Amino acid sequence: MKCRVCREPAIIDVPRHNANFCAPHFLDMCRKQVIKAIDDFDMLTKDDRILVAVSGGKDSLAIWDMLIDLGYEADGLYIGLGIGSYSDVSGDYARAFAAERGLKLVEISLRDDYGYDIPTATRATRRVPCSACGMSKRHLFDKAALDGNYTALVTGHNLDDEAAVLYGNTLRWELPYLARQLPTLPARNGFPKKVKPLVRLSERETAAWCVVRGIDYLVDECPMAAGNRHLNYKDALNKIESQSPGTKTAFYLNFVDKVAPLLSAFALSDDLVLAPCTSCGAPTTGEVCAFCHLVTTASAHEPVPVELITGRGARRR
Amino acid sequence: MKVLLRNPRRELDIPGPRRVHALLNDLDLNRESHLVIRNGTLVPSDEELGADDVVEIRPVISGGSL
Repeated sequence: MKCRVCREPAIIDVPRHNANFCAPHFLDMCRKQVIKAIDDFDMLTKDDRILVAVSGGKDSLAIWDMLIDLGYEADGLYIGLGIGSYSDVSGDYARAFAAERGLKLVEISLRDDYGYDIPTATRATRRVPCSACGMSKRHLFDKAALDGNYTALVTGHNLDDEAAVLYGNTLRWELPYLARQLPTLPARNGFPKKVKPLVRLSERETAAWCVVRGIDYLVDECPMAAGNRHLNYKDALNKIESQSPGTKTAFYLNFVDKVAPLLSAFALSDDLVLAPCTSCGAPTTGEVCAFCHLVTTASAHEPVPVELITGRGARRR
Repeated sequence: MKVLLRNPRRELDIPGPRRVHALLNDLDLNRESHLVIRNGTLVPSDEELGADDVVEIRPVISGGSL
């Protein structure tokens, strides 16, 4: 295989673009896709104070690296979730990435700062692990961005993430969720601007970016995510994609372009009933927000090791 | 060739030479969700892997809370 641009030997084939690339031109393709996402969806300006939510995995480290590479100034935010050795190792990768590049990494620890961790919250709430984890992260991302006077919160959601969420929400016709599934969510009362500059790149491409750029990241999957519905959706979409390259791109980007504008009324209607949480002040539909309820329930529970829930952990590669 | 796989982590001895796409097919792995790495470098799907190569097949799917 030869690079589509320079005809030198290719290192990667990208079927959805019907193209192969050498390392330098693969990186160029990734940069162009991120720049196009930022421009098309009014995500960022060079004046933004950017906070990148960093997990130590490929997507968040790739987008932090790309933003710095493109001339943006961006700090990182790492949340210690307390998922046993998986969290220990993921934090090591995030810290190493920041230290090697002289970047600022803000850290929050669920256990030290809020008295619980994800395994304990899972047991205490008797819900699926990703429920407590997602709620905790969304709340703390927003809070850290607002408290730190950042003007934009960047997350590493990629094309596969967005296509899988869209697939799940479409199967159930979850209109309020569909209406909010946009690459840019403007700042509004109590929420920072949130952007997803990787929505035009697949996770195979973000992983390849890390390999080519020599970025060490946590390859192993979260032990608490195994078998979740989201992974099943990705598997289904990748089976379709392998038969019909470009399907995921068309599914997601055409939704954003053609369908999401028709659903805006559903997102706005949700805003009308938000009021400050009486405990923490975050916007909520109830008197006390879901995060404060979670903290109260989980912090009162005896700590639960992740192995009691999953029977396995993570290793550094 | 020696092939490192993940989830669970294991190592297989597979006869070579063999092209990347054939190796992935034999292992029932989707190209969309894996990278193949030899000596720290990505290899495309039509590349021939030699009998003495050591390759990593790295899954790229992550699926926690969003």
